[in-house]
Amino acid sequence: MSRRWALVPYIVTVITGTVFPLLMIVYYGFTDRNGAFSLSNILAVFQYAHIKALGYSLLLSGISTAVCLCLAFPLAIVLKNIGVGRKGFVIFIFILPMWMNFMLRTMAWQVILEKGGIIASFLSVFHIPMIPIINTPAAVVLGMVYDFLPFMVLPIYNVMLKIDKNVVEAAYDLGASKSIVLRKIIFPLSIPGIASGVTMVFVPSLTTFVLSNILGGGKIYLIGNIIEQEFTVSANWNLGSGLSLVMMLFIIVSMMIVSKFDKSGEGGLL
Amino acid sequence: MKERKGLRRLYLWIILIFLYLPIFTLVVLSFNESKSMYKWTGLSFRWYLEIFQDRSILTAVFNTFAIALSAAAISTVIGVLACIGILSVSRRAQKVLLGFNQIPLLNADIVMGISLMLAFIAAGLYLNWGTVLMAHITFCVPYVILSVMPKLRQAGKDVYEAALDLGASPKFAFWKVVLPEIMPAVQSGFILAFTMSVDDFVVTHFTRGAGINTISTLIYSQLKVGVRPTMFALSTVIFALVLLVLLISNLSAARTERKKEGVKE
Repeated sequence: MSRRWALVPYIVTVITGTVFPLLMIVYYGFTDRNGAFSLSNILAVFQYAHIKALGYSLLLSGISTAVCLCLAFPLAIVLKNIGVGRKGFVIFIFILPMWMNFMLRTMAWQVILEKGGIIASFLSVFHIPMIPIINTPAAVVLGMVYDFLPFMVLPIYNVMLKIDKNVVEAAYDLGASKSIVLRKIIFPLSIPGIASGVTMVFVPSLTTFVLSNILGGGKIYLIGNIIEQEFTVSANWNLGSGLSLVMMLFIIVSMMIVSKFDKSGEGGLL
Repeated sequence: MKERKGLRRLYLWIILIFLYLPIFTLVVLSFNESKSMYKWTGLSFRWYLEIFQDRSILTAVFNTFAIALSAAAISTVIGVLACIGILSVSRRAQKVLLGFNQIPLLNADIVMGISLMLAFIAAGLYLNWGTVLMAHITFCVPYVILSVMPKLRQAGKDVYEAALDLGASPKFAFWKVVLPEIMPAVQSGFILAFTMSVDDFVVTHFTRGAGINTISTLIYSQLKVGVRPTMFALSTVIFALVLLVLLISNLSAARTERKKEGVKE
């Protein structure tokens, strides 16, 4: 079949853009500066500063993924029931913010959250004091939730749209209460979307270095910050690659969980 | 029941305010006379004028959109070809090929950035405009495939075979029958790839070398010293343009849809 030739550019892209670069990380991760085999870059993760950063990243990204899920699941139900118009419109309002640079949007939270800012003046009307959260881990979590929430909402919303109305109605006809329908029908059928939403929030939160830079005030070191510095400041590519390999372990595990729950790949962004 | 609906609307509005409040803040700040982000000293258009006076900003804008346009165009071609090819191989081979397509979609930006940087340097390439473009193509192709594949699976089967039965050559059938059928998916794949490329910072950060800046890398380089409001003005202009284009295309799409429905009636 001549149609197979159409695959050539794609295969070239996959090999040069994905396979070969990933092998380079493996090579650098398992060698020392002289190119000799070494496990020291991988074992370096157990150094105090590194394990602390990794644990911190796992904690903050875990929290932000949970918050995103708690916000997005009810939101998807609301979007589905309220009928905000065509499906394209829902995607539109959640993708549109991406057209404002994400670093600037994240930075804007500093203005919103500062002492004399919008939220503080709003709260002062009710005589509620503002809790200072800029440059704290809470601000970083807020940034993660803010930046990645659309990636949780859209997959869940898309899966929920596909739920057969007759199934829900049949459950009601058979005497199920609202909460039973939610727990036994809507939730289980939304799991493919939830699974893919969870990775799409967890992976970028776990690996970010920009959000912690902007909202952490340079005091919060996530694993992403450490890896980035090994490449740009310290120029220790071997150590940076080794730590990346350890971090990828968590990414691969979360990908495997998704493929288990989202077999047909229906929980996509589109 | 009415109360519940009100509650739902309230929740939706709170989330929308959460999403759009920072954007609103930036738009307001772009008209602020003062350089400070925290003090409003009066309405001014000076930052908008400054966009056109600052050569580094103009170059960054050019780089951003030139890279995004080239990356989106090239990856659309690669992606559409890939979809055609993937459908011609066995089911098992399809699974493997689509599995490789998932890697850039799910992988962390920072891992993709450093791995591409290491690969370019190992291949003896000098980090510049070209390496950024290649890196962007790598993460844009999967979005095109994601968008085109389902549509082609449908059209490829039904329409393509019908055209062949009616005596069309495979080439003719593709250009005149299948391609028009999948065109909307190809367009949305292109737009998605373009958006991802413009929005990218991390991959560009690692693959750009010292010489070139895009809008994102320029903003990042200003983060430590304080971002100039010129960047707010620039982002506001881009945002407004995109909003306008999207609204117009959405409205015209809605109109043609209504026309079609009118014909049916």
